[in-house]
Amino acid sequence: MLLGRIQVPPSVKRGEVFEVRVIVQHPMETGFRRDYDGKLIPLHIVDRLACRYGAREVFRVELGSGIAANPYFVFPVVATDSGEMVVEWSDDRGEKGRVSAMVNVA
Amino acid sequence: MKCDFARQTAALLLASLCICLHALAADPARPVPAKNGSEFESADVRALQSDDFANPMALWVERGKAFWSRTFDGRSCAGCHGDAARSMKGVAARYPRYDASAGEVIDLSRRIDGCVVGGLGAQKLDAESDDLLGLEAYIALQSRGMPMNVSVDGPAHATWEKGRGLYFTRVGQLNLACTNCHDASWGKRLLAETISQGQPTGWPAYRLEWQRPGSLQRRLRACFNGVRAAMPPYGSPDLVALELYLAWRAQGLPMEAPGVRR
Repeated sequence: MLLGRIQVPPSVKRGEVFEVRVIVQHPMETGFRRDYDGKLIPLHIVDRLACRYGAREVFRVELGSGIAANPYFVFPVVATDSGEMVVEWSDDRGEKGRVSAMVNVA
Repeated sequence: MKCDFARQTAALLLASLCICLHALAADPARPVPAKNGSEFESADVRALQSDDFANPMALWVERGKAFWSRTFDGRSCAGCHGDAARSMKGVAARYPRYDASAGEVIDLSRRIDGCVVGGLGAQKLDAESDDLLGLEAYIALQSRGMPMNVSVDGPAHATWEKGRGLYFTRVGQLNLACTNCHDASWGKRLLAETISQGQPTGWPAYRLEWQRPGSLQRRLRACFNGVRAAMPPYGSPDLVALELYLAWRAQGLPMEAPGVRR
């Protein structure tokens, strides 16, 4: 299970735009670097990440090899109803991660 | 009138001499004013460090926190030390320190390792491993804002002297000592970088160049590499002595670990 963190505001008003912040622990090895023996370090990246708000997908990203290690995402979401914000991601070796947070709409 | 002026000048000279002497007596070995490493970083790096969510070290802190309560045959860090927020408060600010059972000065990572192997009966944590850095970051976080407060008296004194010796010894193909940059030239530019005072208060830190966290020992090794000297191995007495000297040099400076550095 890959490690990550999520942050949403403690409470939001209906219709308000709020920020979801997500950070994922991953080396994001580009596949272009070489080790001290000159051998190529194989590609190892998170290649997809998606966020569901209740039943609806609100954010999806496909990542390439040019993203820095431990990628950090911030995206705006419109508050509709109280519900769970679930972020799931996986890397190119099939390892998965999941974090969630409750959104309380007042 | 003229006599008055002469007397005033003499008094002024005497006063400035006194100030100079006082400054010398204060501590020639410590940069004045002491500044944490983050003060030499760009605004965006400082912002990243002070944002408890975006600071990538928070991921390792989380890891350390999880390790703190993980059980090994019924034993855990929390089993002996309880709540880290209370028991570990100020601990990182006192390391490196003399450890009676080791018979020498040890740094925080070795102290942690001693507990993991001896106390938990778990496997030794490798230098720079995620778990060790995580624990170190989690423990250091509990001392955030507290002044560095190491002891260099008694059995630690010889190590401190060794560290001081190393700090002022020129090494490598560039033939530079720590002091040549971090006392004589801090605040000046070295290509795109501002030379820092070499304060250890932000470590372990996330270094953007490494794309991951690292210990103070790794940072020191990078300095050795930078002046093209042989790098002492992890855990070597030389590195620990330097760590102690730096901690003493930062005495009173508030801890800001886990930091972010370029």
